[in-house]
Amino acid sequence: MQDIKKASIVLDDGTVFHGKSFGYEASVSGEVVFSTAMTGYPESLTDPSYSGQILVSTYPMIGNYGVPRRAEKDGLSESYESEKIHVSGMVVCDYSYKYSHRTAVKSLADWLKEEHVAGIYGIDTRQLTKILRERGSMLGKIIIDGCGDVEMNDPNKRNLVEDVSCREVITYGNGGKKVVLVDCGVKHNIIRCLLKRGVTVVRVPWNYDFNTLDYDGLFLSNGPGDPDFCAVTVENIRKALGGDKPVFGICLGNQLLAKAGGAKTFKLKYGHRSHNQPVRQVGTDRCIITSQNHGFAVDNNTLGSDWEPLFINMNDGTNEGIRHKSKPYFSAQFHPEADGGPTDAEYLFDDFIKLL
Amino acid sequence: MEQKEIKKVLLLGSGALKIGEAGEFDYSGSQALKALKEENIETVLINPNIATVQTSEGVADRIYFLPVTPFFVEKVIRKERPDGILLSFGGQTALNCGVKLYEQGVFEKYNVKVLGTPVRAIMDTEDRELFVKKLDEIGVKTIKSEAVETVEDAIRAAEEVGYPVIIRAAYALGGLGSGFCDDREQLVQRAEKALSFSPQILVEKSLKGWKEIEYEVVRDRYDNCITVCNMENFDPLGIHTGESIVVAPSQTLSNEDYHLLRELAIKIIRHIGIVGECNVQYAYDPDSNDYRVIEVNARLSRSSALASKATGYPLAFVAAKLGLGYGLFELKNSVTKETSAFFEPALDYIVCKIPRWDLGKFHGVDKVLGSSMKSVGEVMSIGRTFEEAIQKGLRMIGQGMHGFVENKELIIPDVDKALHEPTDKRIFVISKAMRQGYTVERIHELTMIDNWFLERLRGILDTAEEIETYSRLEDVPEDLMRTAKEQGFSDFQIARAVLKKAMNDDPDRMVLEVRALRKKYGIVPYVKQIDTLAAEYPAQTNYLYLTYNAVAHDLDYNDKGRSVVVLGSGAYRIGSSVEFDWCSVNALTTVRKSGWRSVMINYNPETVSTDYDMCDRLYFDELTFERVMDILDLECPHGVILSTGGQIPQNLATRLDEQHVNVLGTQPKDVDNAEDRHKFSSMLDELGIDQPRWREMTSLNDIYGFVDEVGYPVLVRPSYVLSGAAMNVCSNNHELEQFLKLAAEVSQKHPVVVSEFIQEAKEIEMDAVAKNGEILIYAISEHIEFAGVHSGDATIQFPPQKLYVETMRRIKKIAGKIAEALHISGPFNIQFLAKDNDIKVIECNLRASRSFPFVSKVLKINFIELAAKVMLGLPVEKPSKNEFDLDYVGVKASQFSFSRLQKADPVLGVDMVSTGEVGCIGDDTYEAVLKSMLSVGYTIPEKNILLSTGNAKQKVDMLDAIRCLYEHGYNLYATPGTHSFLTDNGIPAIKVYWPSESDKSPQALELIHEKKVDLVVNFPKSLTQGELANGYKIRRAAIDFNIPLVTNARLASTFIKAFCNIKVDDIQIKSWDEYK
Repeated sequence: MQDIKKASIVLDDGTVFHGKSFGYEASVSGEVVFSTAMTGYPESLTDPSYSGQILVSTYPMIGNYGVPRRAEKDGLSESYESEKIHVSGMVVCDYSYKYSHRTAVKSLADWLKEEHVAGIYGIDTRQLTKILRERGSMLGKIIIDGCGDVEMNDPNKRNLVEDVSCREVITYGNGGKKVVLVDCGVKHNIIRCLLKRGVTVVRVPWNYDFNTLDYDGLFLSNGPGDPDFCAVTVENIRKALGGDKPVFGICLGNQLLAKAGGAKTFKLKYGHRSHNQPVRQVGTDRCIITSQNHGFAVDNNTLGSDWEPLFINMNDGTNEGIRHKSKPYFSAQFHPEADGGPTDAEYLFDDFIKLL
Repeated sequence: MEQKEIKKVLLLGSGALKIGEAGEFDYSGSQALKALKEENIETVLINPNIATVQTSEGVADRIYFLPVTPFFVEKVIRKERPDGILLSFGGQTALNCGVKLYEQGVFEKYNVKVLGTPVRAIMDTEDRELFVKKLDEIGVKTIKSEAVETVEDAIRAAEEVGYPVIIRAAYALGGLGSGFCDDREQLVQRAEKALSFSPQILVEKSLKGWKEIEYEVVRDRYDNCITVCNMENFDPLGIHTGESIVVAPSQTLSNEDYHLLRELAIKIIRHIGIVGECNVQYAYDPDSNDYRVIEVNARLSRSSALASKATGYPLAFVAAKLGLGYGLFELKNSVTKETSAFFEPALDYIVCKIPRWDLGKFHGVDKVLGSSMKSVGEVMSIGRTFEEAIQKGLRMIGQGMHGFVENKELIIPDVDKALHEPTDKRIFVISKAMRQGYTVERIHELTMIDNWFLERLRGILDTAEEIETYSRLEDVPEDLMRTAKEQGFSDFQIARAVLKKAMNDDPDRMVLEVRALRKKYGIVPYVKQIDTLAAEYPAQTNYLYLTYNAVAHDLDYNDKGRSVVVLGSGAYRIGSSVEFDWCSVNALTTVRKSGWRSVMINYNPETVSTDYDMCDRLYFDELTFERVMDILDLECPHGVILSTGGQIPQNLATRLDEQHVNVLGTQPKDVDNAEDRHKFSSMLDELGIDQPRWREMTSLNDIYGFVDEVGYPVLVRPSYVLSGAAMNVCSNNHELEQFLKLAAEVSQKHPVVVSEFIQEAKEIEMDAVAKNGEILIYAISEHIEFAGVHSGDATIQFPPQKLYVETMRRIKKIAGKIAEALHISGPFNIQFLAKDNDIKVIECNLRASRSFPFVSKVLKINFIELAAKVMLGLPVEKPSKNEFDLDYVGVKASQFSFSRLQKADPVLGVDMVSTGEVGCIGDDTYEAVLKSMLSVGYTIPEKNILLSTGNAKQKVDMLDAIRCLYEHGYNLYATPGTHSFLTDNGIPAIKVYWPSESDKSPQALELIHEKKVDLVVNFPKSLTQGELANGYKIRRAAIDFNIPLVTNARLASTFIKAFCNIKVDDIQIKSWDEYK
């Protein structure tokens, strides 16, 4: 086995955990967040919403099924959620050097190295998670022995959306109806889910004024960081809300839609990052298990009189979606497109398409 | 909540523990009863398994110790008039019974509502043809199979799909009657047998080599669904999931695989219309994402019990609430108590289930694992790496293994074959193969086990080999030692890897040296909680395990001396089963009530004692000296209780004592005085108490000398067994030589204990509790069989009905002397032989015995509660009631699982072979015997009985009973010897021939194959078992063709007289509390 470097993860409050490096050998910093998902590391790592974050996996054994081949079809990644790994670093308890899966072409370690992403294993990720839970998400850094130190870097202080959004308008598919997708860091499976339903998707950059375009429905994507950075987007959405074309938002899209409708957002203590978040559709007995990845949430109490909560988190009562009381506007804080995670909420795409 | 009108609910239990249906249903049923109680619903339980926790006082409002059959259940319904019934908590037994009652219109007749999953939906999952059709409706793929009712059709169907095929019996427990067939010959053989159990069998294409994956799915009446857990079999498809090592969550599935199967599971549960819980089993192609649904169990199952323990999500409890009409969103997560029960647990650990087999106990049994279940128990181990979990688990199964490596050398003549045709030793064969240089790829080719598992196992061996390069403990680098501990190595394994053979000089001391050294390095395990949400939310959970892959405890350990630690019984096995779970639970309850913090250590997922609600802290971990000491180091308890969990905790007594652990109750040195054969024997001599003569010897010549003294037969107990049973009765020189040459070793190093074997003696047991050497309460019970049948297999009546008062008095006196001499404080059990008032002691255990729950419940005095109070030093009063006051009789009968153990000879002997038991109460012995025999699966013969009544003495003993049969109009078929004896005594019978006289007819075997007889009475002629004898063939055929079989003269005679004297219709339907 190759020479394994010692490494450590240092939190902003001074807590240090010692482990070993398995990824790219360079120290990094970022916001340390944890996810309780038990599968789906290729999907999480390439999810643009994780941009600027160091991801801690509470599931202890990671790397078991390797990494699938990079492949693109019609401009979309086939097995990843974007073109590259977005997390800054990965923290696991036990890294599996050996992997086994029919789709695997390389190990997780090799992939991290290729994409210059640090990885550390041998960490008591449960203890680390408990610290993050008690004290809230924190800045931190992975220090690889012999690779120098780095400054603490708060990703929430910069506009991460700008980093991950597309630079130009891209069109996918050639369906009858046209959906404009505002890309704040969209996961490719959202586009796949829309295309599967026979529409044309026009993906525009986060700050693009889509009101100039002719479209049948507006989709607001997920994305990283603090929604306050997306004032331009919110302004564009507000204009669109003056009309009556259907609007559907996911994750950051939920927050941006809420803001356009006059509501406020706030930072959760440690966010929701997992595949097992229970939400209930307000006013119904319908409950679904959802995949989530967000650090900010919409404040239910600030929703305008035209708006109402659509979903509520059954664990902590926070907002999981909103809808307009009379117009075809709705959004979900969770990820109906899944990948990774449960597919229970995919019906929301059908609901959206029906409205077009 | 919908069903407000439900005030009274009947729950069906699963009866005696058997292979395929074991303790998990005590756990499910107990949970369901708890859920009902919370709703103030009156509960009625039918379960003849008297040793269970669910049949304890206060769990259900009314308990019937009656067979779970339509006949008796209808009678109870008629009497109790419940509003609702729960069918899915008592395994296949309860489900099958429920389906029959539904078909008979009983529920409609008495207006009983089936709660939870509708019976129609159950039938859709149970009948394969309906099942396939149902899933076809939603385009879900099942295994292509054809239902046939004749052997001819089976052959045609097999030829259509092509060999290899698998055949399955419909409506069967855990794969009973199933099997793979590579060719026509095998198919004919299996199909004939399976058709004797079930009117319908299924022939399908075999998918050997595919992965086997299970999902536990829950649905409420609002159509909300969750999957609580998925599980992956270590072994590929082809090995019954009950026979496979299973991990949770899945390890080799990608997100796509995981959610493809999850989505399907939810689609299926919705379409079938389950309300409650079900289990979906898949075959999954490792080379594509192709799948087949193997089956859906529309009830709580072994897997659901495992999933509950693996995740902390109480499936049975929730399923019961859903049956009452709740929505998942209306229930709370019972671990966090804050979040909703509508969620899917996130695990931050891995669990590993490993089956426990006891195949060595059976003569002639087929050891190859396949699609039918043979294991008798299981363990669940928890770790933060696969290596840690599997090595823990391999120690937990309790078969002398120390983990994946550093075990005693296994002798495998053909490793390739052993890898390809897995037996109960499969994982150790892998270990051996790796040592011999087999590559992971080669092992994968032979076993089809996923490379990921094999690579991780290889990693364990790599570490072992690295440690083996050192020869002094202190030379092993700290980092290496840490890696080993993170991979689940025990101190023993490390010591053996370093010291090799030198280890054997004083293993206990070497282990302590490793312990001291690693503690010096700061290498210690940490305690983590199982909280269902991977630490996302704070949880007040007391459900704990230990791991080396950690740097901090989840608990604060700063209050010393507050705990009392109770050690559980480990894996269920033949000889140690649900009865010790009952004892453990009662000890815990008493500890808790008395104000101490009750702490449990146990690792058996089938038990109630590992339900985190039963104690203040549950360590789901090993019962090894090392792990128990790790826990005691943290808990610093007031004391530990070793005497309620069977022999496993008891075996730790001396070593814990040496570490100055406060063992509560009878002191370890006294335990040693009772367990050391020599010490105990000389103590009995001093007390003037008689015992059968015995001697420990190291050569065959000495043995012959001893036999000359005492005469045949003798009981032979070797200390080293090569194959087969651990002890045997030998009746002549030939048998003695055969046994000692073929099955055991006699040498200086491996002495053999030979005792005189007293024939036709009564065996009597005393269960008792003493305080400071004085007996507080006792229960004397009597075996129906003569001595020679293991006490675990014998039919036992309490109070005794045929003992002299003089015998009872003398037994009491002897027990008193022993209790005093051993300063007993706590539970104990003594076994006696009595012949003409001549009483000998054969065994004494200073712990609770198998019969404690039985005598406690019949006498209605909780022996364990009393014993625990004694051990805790609480004041106790001598109960005023005793067994002479009882106006009724309890009979405990044994459940055998021979039908699952292909080729095993179904006879009883000195080694235990039963897998479970029942206990029923009646106004007299006959009624109680009848209830209990019907409870373990006997049926009253209708017309024809086949008799081979053994030797001359047995023939005479049976005469009265056989005359009864004749007078009651039964047709008697008898083998030649029995036939001439009966004719001589004026009883007409039809002569049938032994298999060896194959040229003559009618043949006894034909009667069985054609199911012309309803009962087979067949006694082996001698006490040793000739495997190929005529008798074996008849006995085995009776088992294979599912015809009730009795092999003991005293039991046969009692059973026959019972059913000749009492009509089934006259059996009283009385609940436990009605016996006053």
